[in-house]
Amino acid sequence: MDLLTPHLLSIGPLLTLVAVALLVLLLESIITKSEPVSFWTSVAGLLVSIGIAVPGIAVHGSAFGGMLRTGGSANYFSIIFFICALLTIVFSRDYLKKRDSVFGEFYLLILFATVGMVLMAAAADLIIVFLGIELMSICLYVLAGFIRGSVLSNESSLKYFLLGAFATGFLLYGIALLYGSTGSTSITFLTEHFETYASSRLFLAGIGLLIVGLAFKIGAVPFHMWVPDVYQGAPTPVSGFMATGAKAAAFSIIIGLFAQRFVHGVQIGTLLAILAAASMILGNVVAIAQTNVKRMLAYSSIAHAGYMLTGLAAGNAYGRDGILFYLLAYAFMNLGAFGLISFMEQEGEKHLTFDDYAGLGTTKPFLAVLMSVFMFSLAGIPPFAGFFGKYYIFVGAVQADMTWLAIVGVLMSVVSVFYYLRLVMVMYFQDTLIGQTASYSASSAAFVVLAALILLGLGVFPSSLLAIITTLY
Amino acid sequence: MIPLEYYLSLSAVLFATGVIGVLTRRNAIIVFMSIELMLNAVNLSLVAFSQYLGSTTGQVLVFFVMAVAAAESAIGLAIIIALFRNKQTLNIDELNLLKW
Amino acid sequence: MLEQYIPIGFMFIVAIIFGIVMSKLSEWLGPKNPNDVKLSTYESGMEPVLSARERVSVKYYMVAMLFILFDIEVVFLYPWAVNFRSLGLFGFVEMLVFTVVLMLGYIYLLKKGALKWQ
Repeated sequence: MDLLTPHLLSIGPLLTLVAVALLVLLLESIITKSEPVSFWTSVAGLLVSIGIAVPGIAVHGSAFGGMLRTGGSANYFSIIFFICALLTIVFSRDYLKKRDSVFGEFYLLILFATVGMVLMAAAADLIIVFLGIELMSICLYVLAGFIRGSVLSNESSLKYFLLGAFATGFLLYGIALLYGSTGSTSITFLTEHFETYASSRLFLAGIGLLIVGLAFKIGAVPFHMWVPDVYQGAPTPVSGFMATGAKAAAFSIIIGLFAQRFVHGVQIGTLLAILAAASMILGNVVAIAQTNVKRMLAYSSIAHAGYMLTGLAAGNAYGRDGILFYLLAYAFMNLGAFGLISFMEQEGEKHLTFDDYAGLGTTKPFLAVLMSVFMFSLAGIPPFAGFFGKYYIFVGAVQADMTWLAIVGVLMSVVSVFYYLRLVMVMYFQDTLIGQTASYSASSAAFVVLAALILLGLGVFPSSLLAIITTLY
Repeated sequence: MIPLEYYLSLSAVLFATGVIGVLTRRNAIIVFMSIELMLNAVNLSLVAFSQYLGSTTGQVLVFFVMAVAAAESAIGLAIIIALFRNKQTLNIDELNLLKW
Repeated sequence: MLEQYIPIGFMFIVAIIFGIVMSKLSEWLGPKNPNDVKLSTYESGMEPVLSARERVSVKYYMVAMLFILFDIEVVFLYPWAVNFRSLGLFGFVEMLVFTVVLMLGYIYLLKKGALKWQ
């Protein structure tokens, strides 16, 4: 048993979360009116997990025979996932009441999906990568279709499931080819011996298939087709969770694989740069044409995947730290925006178009101000955190002699201002056509305000977070 | 002994069959079966690699893939049933409520 | 290499031709006088009631899925059982944890009535 104790201690956050999830499972089975109990248990469990993960950031290590990385980036990512899960759970409670689907299983699925994400961030072996991705995805498939009576939700779920499983096939084939050509599934081994195998076609095919699978999960062009449909049909807080948590989880793997030595020597950097540019251009341009707010945010999330890929294509520490900063900021701003949309949404997927937000500035000034904060931050306007995330990433790209990519990014950010600020314009400079109703509890409102304040705080003092990020790898 | 290439070719052919099935068939269940075919094609190559390299890692991964595929099929069929109850169809071309 | 397979291939072809020829011969040569009773489906002597092409109740799906899920977990028990001695107490505790997690899932579906056949 002594053999096991240090391992168990070092994966504290993961273990706590699994224990909480299993506890909720048990509560769901033995208590008859279990939903409030499950809700508060999940919230408390996530807060405790964050508390355990924060001090662990400073300690780097590995556990279970090199299968898991602990501390450092793994903990940083875990904290992002815990925050995403926490916000999603808080927002979804009001939302599920509106959609007549209040079941404690929702929180359970969010928790298990988060376990999958933490596994992904901690993975030091491709087997764990696969397990984490599947644990996360399977929970998300169900979450997307959680509103059982809604055809839109069903459709979104089936589309996500079929395409997600399809992408998993490619990812797995990539893992198999990497294993076949190197004889190992250890990520550390692969990154260290990249040059040795770079001439093997089997190895390169494996890397390519792996990139296809992961690009699907982050929703980068040309593997983005599912994103708008799934985000639009899924329950609104779940869309937010997929856009932030699931994307951050996939990025944690990509960073672990490609951010260091992997990029150099071969043209993977160029490949990632092309994916990044395509995602930024398509996401931002198509987002302009949208009338549905959820769908607009879906296209904008494709664009954001592009910004983050830019940092990865740069392949230097600046770009990588920029992604880590951006992922945290993105979690707050995007989940905040999706949370507000879920407050506004009415039964039967109504009140989701731009027109429904007309005059919100006078009827519901509180919501309108918060929404404007998130839109400004998403557009990358200072002093909000979104600006600094983009700034670090584009500086990284310029330093890596990818000035063209940085220019594309900046131009596309300008394009994005158009549709983000259109929502703000509609809210403040148009008259209300219909009576607006918004339903939310005090706790959800408190969390949205908190998210907005954190965005402002990170935007004003970005260096305090950046100081932590630079110690992660 | 049968050389590694044979297994890999068979696996690649099966995988390609699965991909073509996913892209061309219109029934959700058949699409899903094609995806399972892809996963099993990967399993075949993993086992072949494992045998060839003399390491058990590949076989361990196959166990995980099998368990995960079972979970995935349970979820997938549940989603398909939920959709069928609301829409009375399994044709994925008729899933057209979500588009711009 | 491939020459070794020639007899097998030959054998396949002969078998297929033989099968087709024999069934076609009996179809051509045999006497045929069909009537309703002869053409009806044989149901162990019972009167066939409806068409066999019917939708099966979704309850079967529940049972089948749960069977597959729990059945497939045995895949992890076999390697452990084979190496039981060398894994020792460590392996035993690990497998205990695994089984307890599965057990929690089982309790859940039992309490939710997934195994009830209403």
